[in-house]
Amino acid sequence: MTENEDDLFDVAPGSPHNNVLSEYVAYVIGLGLALGLTAVSFWVASTSSLWGPGIATGLVVLAIAQMGVHLVFFLHITSGPDNTNNVLALAFGVLIVFLVMIGTIWIMAHMNANMSASPELMNLQMQH
Amino acid sequence: MTTEAATIGLTHGGSEDTGLGHRGPESKSIVVPYGFWLFVLSDMVLFSALFASYATLVHATDGGPTTNQLFDRNLVAIETVALLVSSFVCGLAMITAKRANMMATQFWLLLTGLLGAVFLFIELYEFTKMVGEGAGPQRSAFLSAFFTLVGCHGAHVTAGLLWLGTMMAQIWAKGFQQHITRRLLCFSIFWHALDIIWVAIFTIVYLIGTLP
Repeated sequence: MTENEDDLFDVAPGSPHNNVLSEYVAYVIGLGLALGLTAVSFWVASTSSLWGPGIATGLVVLAIAQMGVHLVFFLHITSGPDNTNNVLALAFGVLIVFLVMIGTIWIMAHMNANMSASPELMNLQMQH
Repeated sequence: MTTEAATIGLTHGGSEDTGLGHRGPESKSIVVPYGFWLFVLSDMVLFSALFASYATLVHATDGGPTTNQLFDRNLVAIETVALLVSSFVCGLAMITAKRANMMATQFWLLLTGLLGAVFLFIELYEFTKMVGEGAGPQRSAFLSAFFTLVGCHGAHVTAGLLWLGTMMAQIWAKGFQQHITRRLLCFSIFWHALDIIWVAIFTIVYLIGTLP
């Protein structure tokens, strides 16, 4: 994107650069991996040959893997020194996302379980 | 460069980074996309709150339709592929824009927009079908959370399409000037991020929601 790329020590996120792979190859590999992971996700969700209770966890793992593929091959987040700022911002974002999601789900599930003294009342509260 | 500026970290370090560089701040073509990257990450934090509320309310159906009765995996598969290929094509547009190839860039951007429109069309079809069946957002807490989460993503895609059209017009009218390509880069970050959020949506909402 910039005219003096060699002169810059930081790289903007999402900017195509060819320090590892040729630009097109990176996008094509990313597309292939993402399509593959999507196909595996849909297969895992519809097959009956896997252990049922583990399927939801497996799907979440596949989704996280696919997000990683998007970050690396489409947004060009790398571990290189020119990407330090991008990675640090991403790490903080991921931290907050996990805190909000896991914290909420954990706390709300426990409240649901611990406040079940009166199921009828609980039912009313949860369903309206 | 004053010693004072270096001491309080206003300057940027080079490869021989001491934290007290002599180069001054990075150019705008780095700082602007980085700032936009921060915005995109904060947008993901917003979506994480919507995901959390959806996960909390997904079983609060009030006797109404449940996830298994509402969602159609085939439609979701088409939506997913359309948005993924759209994201890929947007990357191709970024490569051709870097080479200042006008016709190729316009073509890839148009294809990006068309695939995004396919995604949006299917989503709107799904929404109108659900509302027509009496499964609108006012039916239950689950459906309120569903329409908020997926609708918020759809609103982002709509905004992205408007932005995309604006960028195509600006490139056409003004050429590949630096401030224009900077905006285009921000758009591509936005578009890739929307696909990342969609990965979470199709997994958590649609696939896990339709497990037998």
